[in-house]
Order: sequence, then C-alpha cells, then structure tokens
Amino acid sequence: MNKTVNQKAWLFVLPVLVLVAFNAIIPLMTVVNYSVQETFGNNVFFWSGLRWFEDILRSERFHASLTRQAIFTGSILLIEVPLGVLIALAMPRKGIWVSVCLVLMAMPLLIPWNVVGAMWNIFALPNIGLLGKALNAMGFDYNYTRQVGDAWFTLILMDVWHWTSLVVLLAYAGLVSIPDAYYQAAKIDGASRWAIFRYIQLPKMKRVLTIAILLRFMDSFNIYTEPVVLTGGGPGNATTLLSIDLVKIALGQFDLGPAAAMSLIYFLIILLLSWIFYTVMTRNEEG
Amino acid sequence: MRAKWLVPTLYILFLMLPIYWLVSMSFKTTNEILGNFTLWPQNPTLENYRVIFTDPSWYMGYVNSISYVTLNTIISVSAALPAAYAFSRYRFLGDKHLFFWLLTNRMAPAAVFALPFFQLYSAVGLFDTHIAVALAHTLFNVPLAVWILEGFMSGVPRQLDETAYIDGYSFPRFFIRIFIPTIKAGVGVAAFFCFMFSWVELLLAKTLTAVAAKPIAATMTKTASSSGYELGLLAAAGTLTIIPGAIVIWFVRNYIAKGFALGRV
Repeated sequence: MNKTVNQKAWLFVLPVLVLVAFNAIIPLMTVVNYSVQETFGNNVFFWSGLRWFEDILRSERFHASLTRQAIFTGSILLIEVPLGVLIALAMPRKGIWVSVCLVLMAMPLLIPWNVVGAMWNIFALPNIGLLGKALNAMGFDYNYTRQVGDAWFTLILMDVWHWTSLVVLLAYAGLVSIPDAYYQAAKIDGASRWAIFRYIQLPKMKRVLTIAILLRFMDSFNIYTEPVVLTGGGPGNATTLLSIDLVKIALGQFDLGPAAAMSLIYFLIILLLSWIFYTVMTRNEEG
Repeated sequence: MRAKWLVPTLYILFLMLPIYWLVSMSFKTTNEILGNFTLWPQNPTLENYRVIFTDPSWYMGYVNSISYVTLNTIISVSAALPAAYAFSRYRFLGDKHLFFWLLTNRMAPAAVFALPFFQLYSAVGLFDTHIAVALAHTLFNVPLAVWILEGFMSGVPRQLDETAYIDGYSFPRFFIRIFIPTIKAGVGVAAFFCFMFSWVELLLAKTLTAVAAKPIAATMTKTASSSGYELGLLAAAGTLTIIPGAIVIWFVRNYIAKGFALGRV
C-alpha cells in the first residue's frame, strides 16, 4: 500500500510517545546512571567509569547464567515451534470443535505467571503432585528439587505447557488463510502430503511463524516469575537464568552498579537479536 | 488421516492435567493434600473458597488486579488508536525507527526495570496506587496494541477514508463514527491482549504496590511464605485467577487466531 507523506502524523503518535518515554527513558537513564558509579551506601556515589561492564563481561557467573539462558531459549524454541505447527496442522478447520479447541488451548496463556509456577511446583512434587507421583510410580527416580536434570526437565515441560499454544494459534491463523483452491489444485496435480506442506502450507505460515519465533524468543529470554516460583533457580544455581541472576544481584545483594551494567548488557543482547529478526521479518513483508 | 483428531485431543489433555490438579486441590483440605495421595477430593469442601470470599485481604486482591488491568486496557488502547492510524496511513520522518523503538520496549526484561520503576513512581508520589501499575504496564502493552491495531487498520482500504472526506466528514468524526466501528474486531483483540499481559504480569505489579493496590497474585506468594503452606487455600486462589481469563477468551474466540497473528495473516 502506498502511504502519503504527512509530518503532522507525529501528533497522532504523541500520546504513545509521552507514555512510553516516561516509562522507558527515565528508568533506562537511572540504570545507565548506576552502571557507571560506585556507592558505599548513604547515597554517596563515585564515578567508576566502565569498570562494572568489564567486571560483568569477565565474570564466570555471568557467562554461566548466559549459557543457561541460551540453552533454555534454544530448547524451548526447538520443541515448541515444530510441536505447535504439528498440532495446528491436525486441528479441525470448521465447526463447533474449532472454538472449543481454541478456547481450551488459549487457557494456559491467561493464567498469571506465578500461578503457573505454583501450579507446576505442586503438580510435579514427588510426594503430593500428580506428575511427580506418576513418574516415580513408573520407576523413574524423579525429584526436581534435588536433581539438576529433573529440574531442567520440569522447567522445559512447564514452558512447553505454557506457551506452545501461542505457536499453535499463530500457525493455525496462517493455515486458515489459505484458500481452498490451493488444495484443490494440489489434489489435481497429485501432490503428496509432504509436498502440500512444503510448497503450500509452509510458505503461507512463514510470516506468522516469524512472529511466533520473535515473541517466543523475547519472552523466553526475559522469563523470570515462572522459574523463580518453580525452582527458585535451584538446585544450587542449576536453573538460574539471566533475569533471576539479575534480580539476585540487584535486590538480593543490592550491588546496584554491577546489576545496572548487567541489565544494559542483557538488554543489548535481546535488542541485537530481535533487531536481526525484525529486519528479516520486514524484508519478507516488502518482498 | 483417521487419527487426526488424536493430536489436538492429546495436547488438550496435557494442558488440562495441571489445571485439573489445581482445581481438585482447591476442594481438598490441606490435611488431605499432605496426608494421603488422592486423585480426586474424597470429602469435597468449599472451606477454601469461603475463606477467600470473606477475608478482605484476599478478595481485595482481586478487586485491585481487576482495577489496574481495566485502567491499563483503557489507557493503552486509546493511546494506541491514533498512533496505529498514523503508522498505517502516513509516512513521516523517522516512522520506521519510531516503530522499532516502540517494539524494543516490548523486549525489555521486566527485571531490568523493577528497581528504577520503584524509584520513579515513588518520586512522583504514585507508589501503591492502581494508576501506577496501569501506567507501568503500558510500557509493554502500548507497543503491542499499536502493532496489532496497525495490522488490522492496514487491512482497511484507503478508499474508505477518502470517501468519508468527500462526504464532508471531519477527521475526528470520521475516526470515531466510521473508522473505529470498521475495525472493532481489531480493537477487541487489542484490548484482549492488553488485558491478558497486564493480568499475568507480576514482577512490576508487585514492585509498585504494598498494601492498597496489591494484586491477587502477590497476595498468594505472601500467604504461602508467612503461614506455612496453606496449599488448599493457595489452590483455590489460583483457580479463581484462571476464571477472568477464561471469560475474556470466550468473548474473542472467533478472532483469537487472527489476533495472535497481530492482525497480519
């Protein structure tokens, strides 16, 4: 669509600009301010230059939580995206069952995040939870509060439970937008099930899947509440993801300088990766 | 292709299991939960729900949550409407950069902003008010609303705008009388998403409140740690937080798929 040039359009954007600037720029400046200063309490601050940034970038603790974060985000994307597409392909297209499926599938998305954490915490407990009890009855030695592998399994299973529906709904929206004529043409050509998927359904889903991956990437990189309630970052530090570590440093130890420097590095990583996604996405839009 | 229905059915079963466990626990006494493992409540009790509906420190949590979520939805959608119109219809200096900058706020980790938000809202004297949480949540809801509405608006042909001007409509009148009703599905979806993300967010809501505006989700964490594990009560409170979500999904069920695609299918 060709748009007209109109500089007065800025006036339309103004309310949004004021709101977001108040919420984004002032706090961000506070963080930048802390990140270059040292304090010994009593609100006395000293200039410390880029020391905190160097400290963070060299610290093994940061590397460890960044690695854990990357593993977490990588695994949930690898599981949720293919699984979501598979479920969307198998969903009914017409009739009452569509609404039933959509409403039931959207349920986990609307549960407050700490309730999700608490629900899984109880559900997976080996002595009183359905999942924990069932796994132990099947002969697995399952205890997510003590064993690292079990904690990770529960964490990833919880995220798959919580967010796969987002991918399903997006992929489904892409699928229903394909006109019936495409399928009829494919039938006449004698296309296989795989060919239909590869050459008709996948290209049509490309856009919505990009949105799904972008949203899942951003949100899983920012995840805080659910893992804190589920495992508290434990056992030990085994499931301490970036946000959890950040809050531990900032509010637990009150090391404002390092915490602020870490916040900025953290934010820049997300920004950079999301920018790459975004450029790829807008290129698709124009091409 | 006989077994096609099996995949969604199994998936929904998997989704419902933890929810079932929570709901079934809410009808048990804490003794039954801790004492012996039972698949369903042996002596179903409404005691947990009675406590919540009679104790103001519990039910006010719901009132607070619903208040700031509603406020946030109204603020976010009404600010986003004109902005989305500008992005969908006009080209202006820095439009693409501005759009991306808005989106970056959707990416910001809430953990980064928790402490500065606390200081900012304390400084302007809004700490522990509904409006503080509502405003703080606009950080990620306004960009999302702009994104969704822009998608829906771009689907409306420009001829509609032009015809209205030829017919002598002024801009505000056209926008309110004709344009907004045309994209009312989009407005509904945007409102749904603002509601959803404000309802599920806890970190900022908890940071910005103490007593007077404390959300229900925060009430839950506090009770869990102070009076030991009141599991039955916790489960009942959790069950009640699922209900508002289930109600709003029902209203937007026909648009939900398109909405998750941010109006861009």
